[in-house]
Amino acid sequence: MSKSNFTRRGLLKTSAMAGGALAAPTLFDGSVWADAHSGYLNAPTGSTVTLGFNVPQSGPYADEGADELRAYELAVEHLNGGGDGGMMSTFSSKVLQGNGILGKKVEFVTGDTQTKSDAARASAKSMIEKDGAVMITGGSSSGVAVAVQGLCQEAGVIFMAGLTHSNDTTGKDKKANGFRHFFNGYMSAAALAPVLNARYGSDRVAYHLTADYTWGWTQQESIQAATEAMGWKTANNVLTPLATTDFSSYVAPVLNSGADVLVLNHYGGNMVNSLTSAVQFGLREKQVNGKDFEIVVPLYSRLMAKGAGENVKGIFGSTNWHWSLTDEGSKAFVKSFGEKYGFPPSQAAHTCYVQTMLYADACERAGTFNPCGVVEALEGFTFDGLGNGPTEYRAEDHQCFKDVLVVKGKDNPTSEFDLLEIVEITPRAQVEYAVDHPMFAGGELGSCNPGA
Amino acid sequence: MDVIILQLLNGLDKGSAYALIALGLTLIFGTLGVVNFAHGALFMLGAFCAVTLQKILSLSFETVDPTKTDFLGNPAKIKTPYVESWFGPELGSSIIDWSVPLAILFAIPIMIGVGFVMERGLIKHFYKRPHADQILVTFGLAIVIQEVIKQFYGANPIPTPAPDMFKGSFDFGTLLGFDPNVVIYPYWRLVYFFFAALIIAAVFGFLQFTTFGMVVRAGMADRETVGLLGINIDKRFTIMFGIAAAVAGLAGVMYAPINSPNYHMGMDFLVLSFVVVVVGGMGSLPGAVLAGFLLGILESFSSMNEIKQILPGIDQIIIYLVAIIILLVRPRGLMGRKGVMED
Repeated sequence: MSKSNFTRRGLLKTSAMAGGALAAPTLFDGSVWADAHSGYLNAPTGSTVTLGFNVPQSGPYADEGADELRAYELAVEHLNGGGDGGMMSTFSSKVLQGNGILGKKVEFVTGDTQTKSDAARASAKSMIEKDGAVMITGGSSSGVAVAVQGLCQEAGVIFMAGLTHSNDTTGKDKKANGFRHFFNGYMSAAALAPVLNARYGSDRVAYHLTADYTWGWTQQESIQAATEAMGWKTANNVLTPLATTDFSSYVAPVLNSGADVLVLNHYGGNMVNSLTSAVQFGLREKQVNGKDFEIVVPLYSRLMAKGAGENVKGIFGSTNWHWSLTDEGSKAFVKSFGEKYGFPPSQAAHTCYVQTMLYADACERAGTFNPCGVVEALEGFTFDGLGNGPTEYRAEDHQCFKDVLVVKGKDNPTSEFDLLEIVEITPRAQVEYAVDHPMFAGGELGSCNPGA
Repeated sequence: MDVIILQLLNGLDKGSAYALIALGLTLIFGTLGVVNFAHGALFMLGAFCAVTLQKILSLSFETVDPTKTDFLGNPAKIKTPYVESWFGPELGSSIIDWSVPLAILFAIPIMIGVGFVMERGLIKHFYKRPHADQILVTFGLAIVIQEVIKQFYGANPIPTPAPDMFKGSFDFGTLLGFDPNVVIYPYWRLVYFFFAALIIAAVFGFLQFTTFGMVVRAGMADRETVGLLGINIDKRFTIMFGIAAAVAGLAGVMYAPINSPNYHMGMDFLVLSFVVVVVGGMGSLPGAVLAGFLLGILESFSSMNEIKQILPGIDQIIIYLVAIIILLVRPRGLMGRKGVMED
């Protein structure tokens, strides 16, 4: 009879010691991983990570929302290694490999903002609490962006704003967890004013019709300041309720106001309707003070230009991006989007695609989804190859600084998409402003909130 | 003075739309006793009849032009409308140009049909239900119609221009002794006003001078007695629903060039039109027309800068303010009949 030392307890002890010795480096790395991937809200634990796309799927901006969603789906496809990779190949940062984000497959949930602040907050909250979204992005209104940005700051997730153009988003309402790639009212005015001066002269009197909410106010304030700095005078600024559909009562007083320029600080359906009214009242054929009467639309979008039809011909405005740009990034994005959907992307689609890429890239560089790590990675980040030339996410207010496009309604469109022509690419230096500029004053960026 | 004349014209123009919608609402309420919250949707459907006809007339075939490229750099596809190919470029483009006036003929049978289907298919089941139920079901129907239109046409406004000959403005001021270009008013808005006046006159003429209209008026006054005389008043009321739908639809067709149609445009008018009906007097057709023009003019004047400087925001509340005052002074509205909505 022989006695064996090979007992079950002995085997376990030996295995544990040997395993521990062999796995020591792994355990060390794993503890780092655990630190980076816990202690924040909705830390992904499985093989996937969930992003929340909060876009207007109903209401007046539903078409823009649909285009944003197309862009998000394309971005997710590219991040997960599908399609032709789009702008991943032109992006100056090369950490994205097409294997998801930090090795986790990207999944997404969608919400409907309805272009209403309360509905947008409710859908964002649902995506954060029920679906475990680690980042919220999207939207087509500054009112919504400010509301959802505030919610994300409180909840402790990152908010990558969609189409929002009010100075307030990265001005008095800026938040540490929020980032805006889109340009703003100040930048539009700074880019547009010199072009208007060159085309229409400095001896002009402007009449403003302004949408009565945060975006309209800041856009009007910006364009009035920029044009007055060139010598223009301002005859009047009339606030128009957002729900206005027939602008004839607001346009009629312009006729004999002494103004020779009408500035329409309107967007979406407001812009389409006010411009249509202005054209119907013969303002474009009118002569005042010995000069041709002119109309200006500071913020343009191709989708809105389509709604206004031939009324936009020859009218100046600004835009964040346009599909006809010929840089490698824009070309790659237009090809990718156009082949998938059959038409070119809008500026809303572009900014949403870019925001998704920038978020993914920041996570990779930070090595974590932790909002504080992402904030650190995005602050002061400079990049290129995403369609706007060299761009910087300014650390102090989380606003992207880049070139701005001045555009004009095309006189002879060659297709249903060919509605705007680029008049000038205004360099970043001309549209940059100090962090403490009075139009952006008030509010604190605060510190990042990881939510747990 | 020029501003006052311009706002008066604006008011008449706005009033035309309010009056036409309110007229249809009152016809339905006066005959069937139904508070139809889907009436704004009928106005919107009318506008989309114009959009649809424009799209039908613009249906095109594609030919590849190797000398041009599309946005992806592929050979461009050039679209040529079938009507231009059938009737020649000049006549073809004129037909497309006149799509809005042509849509009047297109919209009448469609809107009458929609009215019949709506009344027979849904609303007749709610005749004996409380007004609250009628409001809920018709409001729900309006949302369904809106969403269907959005599904097919998208959420963005669709430009539906007036014929070229109606573009530009009429120099109204020269007729009144003003300098040229001081009081000008868009041709199409003037067309809209006269069109609305014509439709209103036609509806009144139909009710006043035809046997059918006489029976309907009798039915509106005392449905039971007319029924006891052996007249099938329900059938006539169904026809009136169709006519009311057509009136709303025609108002929408002609409104399409004024503001590019979108799926939500009916809702924008609905609430105001109900205020118009209440101010005019529930069930009173002349009251609806009178109140439509009155409130349209008041709304226009209240949006004058001079008035808003004294009373900021007055343009937003003027209609409701006037409605409250009128209802306090005349609880049945301007021309309301005794007994309507009082049981």
